[in-house]
Amino acid sequence: MLNKKIGVIGAGSFGSAVANKLAQKSDVLLYARNPNTIKSIESSRVSSGHSLAQNITITNDLEEIAGKCNTIFPVVPSANFREMMVNLSPFLHPYHTLIHGTKGLDLQPNKDSTSENTISSNNIKTMSEVIREESVVVRVGCMAGPNIASELTANLPAATVIASPFNEVIAEGTRLLRSENFLVYGNSDLKGVELCGVLKNIIAIAAGITSGLNLGNNAKGLLISRGLVEMIYLGQVLGGEISSFIGLAGIGDLVTTASSTSSRNFTCGFKLAEGKKLDQVMLEMDETAEGINTIKIIKQLAVDQGLKPQITEMLFRVLYLDLSAEDAVNYLMRYPGNIDIDFL
Amino acid sequence: MKPEGPDYVKKRYNQVHPGGINEWPVVNLSKNRDLFIKEVTLSSISRIKSMTKNRAALIEEIENTLFREKLRIKRNPWAVDPPDESDFLKSVNAKLLEISQDENQSNVDETLDSILEEMVLRYANEIAGNFKKSRFRMARSIVTFGLSRLLNASRARGFWSIFSTKYQLQDKVQITGEVEQLRTMSTKGTIIMVPTHFSNLDSILIGWVISALGLPAFIYGAGLNLFNIKIFAYFMNSLGAYKVDRRKKNLIYLQTLKSYSSLAIQKGCHSLFFPGGTRSRSGNIEQRLKLGLLSTAIEAQRVNYQKGKRDGLEKIFIVPVTINYNFVLEAPDLIKQYLKMKGQERYYVENDEYSSSYKTFAFLFKFFTKGSNISVSIGKCMDVLGNYVNEDGQSFDKHNRLVDTQEYFTKDGHIISHNQQREDEYTRMLSSRIVEEFHIINKVFASHLVAFTAFQIIEKRFPKLDLYNLLRVPEEDQEIEYEDFKIVFEKLLNKIYKLKENGKVNISPNLTGDIDEIIKLGVINVGMFHAKRAIKLTKGGKIVSEDLNLLYYYHNRLKGYNLERHVE
Repeated sequence: MLNKKIGVIGAGSFGSAVANKLAQKSDVLLYARNPNTIKSIESSRVSSGHSLAQNITITNDLEEIAGKCNTIFPVVPSANFREMMVNLSPFLHPYHTLIHGTKGLDLQPNKDSTSENTISSNNIKTMSEVIREESVVVRVGCMAGPNIASELTANLPAATVIASPFNEVIAEGTRLLRSENFLVYGNSDLKGVELCGVLKNIIAIAAGITSGLNLGNNAKGLLISRGLVEMIYLGQVLGGEISSFIGLAGIGDLVTTASSTSSRNFTCGFKLAEGKKLDQVMLEMDETAEGINTIKIIKQLAVDQGLKPQITEMLFRVLYLDLSAEDAVNYLMRYPGNIDIDFL
Repeated sequence: MKPEGPDYVKKRYNQVHPGGINEWPVVNLSKNRDLFIKEVTLSSISRIKSMTKNRAALIEEIENTLFREKLRIKRNPWAVDPPDESDFLKSVNAKLLEISQDENQSNVDETLDSILEEMVLRYANEIAGNFKKSRFRMARSIVTFGLSRLLNASRARGFWSIFSTKYQLQDKVQITGEVEQLRTMSTKGTIIMVPTHFSNLDSILIGWVISALGLPAFIYGAGLNLFNIKIFAYFMNSLGAYKVDRRKKNLIYLQTLKSYSSLAIQKGCHSLFFPGGTRSRSGNIEQRLKLGLLSTAIEAQRVNYQKGKRDGLEKIFIVPVTINYNFVLEAPDLIKQYLKMKGQERYYVENDEYSSSYKTFAFLFKFFTKGSNISVSIGKCMDVLGNYVNEDGQSFDKHNRLVDTQEYFTKDGHIISHNQQREDEYTRMLSSRIVEEFHIINKVFASHLVAFTAFQIIEKRFPKLDLYNLLRVPEEDQEIEYEDFKIVFEKLLNKIYKLKENGKVNISPNLTGDIDEIIKLGVINVGMFHAKRAIKLTKGGKIVSEDLNLLYYYHNRLKGYNLERHVE
């Protein structure tokens, strides 16, 4: 078992950083989809800006990953996640363990064409649910927390949460990742922790906007705390537990992403504040900001369920309905004050 | 009689074991009853010891058990309880006292072991079934004969018709679904049948179904309260029941019960669990299952793999079953209890409403003479992780790819390990798979949909009221114009057809054809023999309810399909 390699699927920035972290203790097999990318990584030993450790091997073959690795970390954008699972799944067995690091949602349109064009929480799936739907793997977990890729590779002090209903998955994640400068916390609320990572991206875009508009630190504090309340509100509807949101993967990740210029979602918000339109922002960025897609999905869900997530709603208008970032802030500031905390 | 549905063929089944009763695993078990009880005792003791880390914890557990048992004897005694119970507890108490003053550690351990063994053995003896071949044969013929006599007397006219053989039980109870698969798999692996539970009659009914399908007897956990009644006790014992006492919730008892079930499954005894644990109080199809006994199925499968029983044919198969009624005699009591429990009543005592043989007889008589038809749907065989299996016992995932069930119990595909937390999680997963299957094989009757429609219309009228206030709205506010009712009913009916098309539910043949006829049939059948009708049609063409609680109860049967959102 120990001589088995550990698999990482996705050679993007975070995937490469996770591969490096894992390589501190185990030999790693890293999957990249594009054959040309593989050639360039193999010659330069650099993947998405991270120089790779010596004991990382690159592959383009999903069957090889499944055959050589019992534990696999899929880290691909949510938009491609299901497709990747469909391709990987014929090679997976019930003994595999999958710990994903993707902070996005999967939206499946209604199969039933006659039914109304709304979506419900049944159409929205987290990545662990996609794994369960598409494969026989049951021992599933996720990795979430304040983990900025470049800082992980630089081996700065940090921590992560491994969430899974299976203790053995948490133990395996801890065994593989725990190092001198890296703590690992366990949480059994898989869905809650996944939702933390997903929903915090919405607030990160908003934080980018407040920074771009130079609204100051009071505004940021306001945003983070109200943002957390909104995350908890949505998270509960989608089936997460409150406690996860006030942990490392919730508030911890939120604070980091909301103040980091290297976060994609934050950058996206920053550019929006400069008055750029969504198309242009997307053109300027080389990897997708998950928050953009999440906002769209959550907005649809809110309409269906009669929810009123103010921040998400305003961001939706900024992204898709041409509302300016300033007007969005003005609107939010006019919203009548409410009870500070009503969920504990 | 109403014409049968196209999916139902009245049929006689041959015994799956042509060699007869001697080939049944349960017969073997009862032949070696003492040996088996010994095995159960040993396995329970090792379970309990692994759960209590040290001596102090074990003593605490024993003391805890003593305390609860004394409380139970005082607060909630039953006729079936053995008379020497108090004395036994006192003797244990005395020994514990002795220990507390003993300084010799090995003496203490020895006494503790003997106390534990005594307690477990006592429980194991109480739980163990007492299956007897001769009694089984007789009980089976009495049940079949008795029930069909009742049936004939009520269907035809006149006293002499009691000897008529015009109607058989098969006319009354329709068995549909994966009958052939169940018969095949029962000769290969070990079956665990998990039916929904609405009525006290279910145990007897399922017992009859099993025998009518030509299957060997199943062992099943029957509530100890049913053994209070002598005549029930006789049948249950003969039909392979072991006893489950829901009043006893102490660790020692529960572990003994689990050992019993797990070992019996490992020995190939087909078993029956009512996974909801108790009758559905609300009338809902079970949403959450009791995990205790279910976990023994997963444990037994793992142990079998550890023993090298790799052949797909020796696997353990889970078979969900739904029993569909128009009418549940206990409904008024059940829903009352449900509302009380929901109303945050702190103490809820397991009560025993069928305490006399007379009441029981009255119940059976009413049920079999007056009750409308019952249908039993047999679901597909699954492995213990909820994957469907084929005739060879091989499992297939949702995408129809072959799965090796053993691999779920390994980390690398080879070495089988025991990981309790993993198995607990598997039990939860299995339970939600079973609930999913219940909804798929559940058969919608016209009466269910009529009740659902009416209650939903009333509920949507008062969006601000909570359930308790809703159930108290005055009669004039409950009236529904027939035409309004029909519009909603038709809409929901179409949704149900759609669900059926997508394989999400089953429907009874009486749910097709002219819509006014369906509604009429439904209204007549909703809980047809209650003193107060859940629903009726007035001369003025209005739908009214005489008992909203009952309407709520029958309406609940169709919860869990998200039909509510189609009523405005």
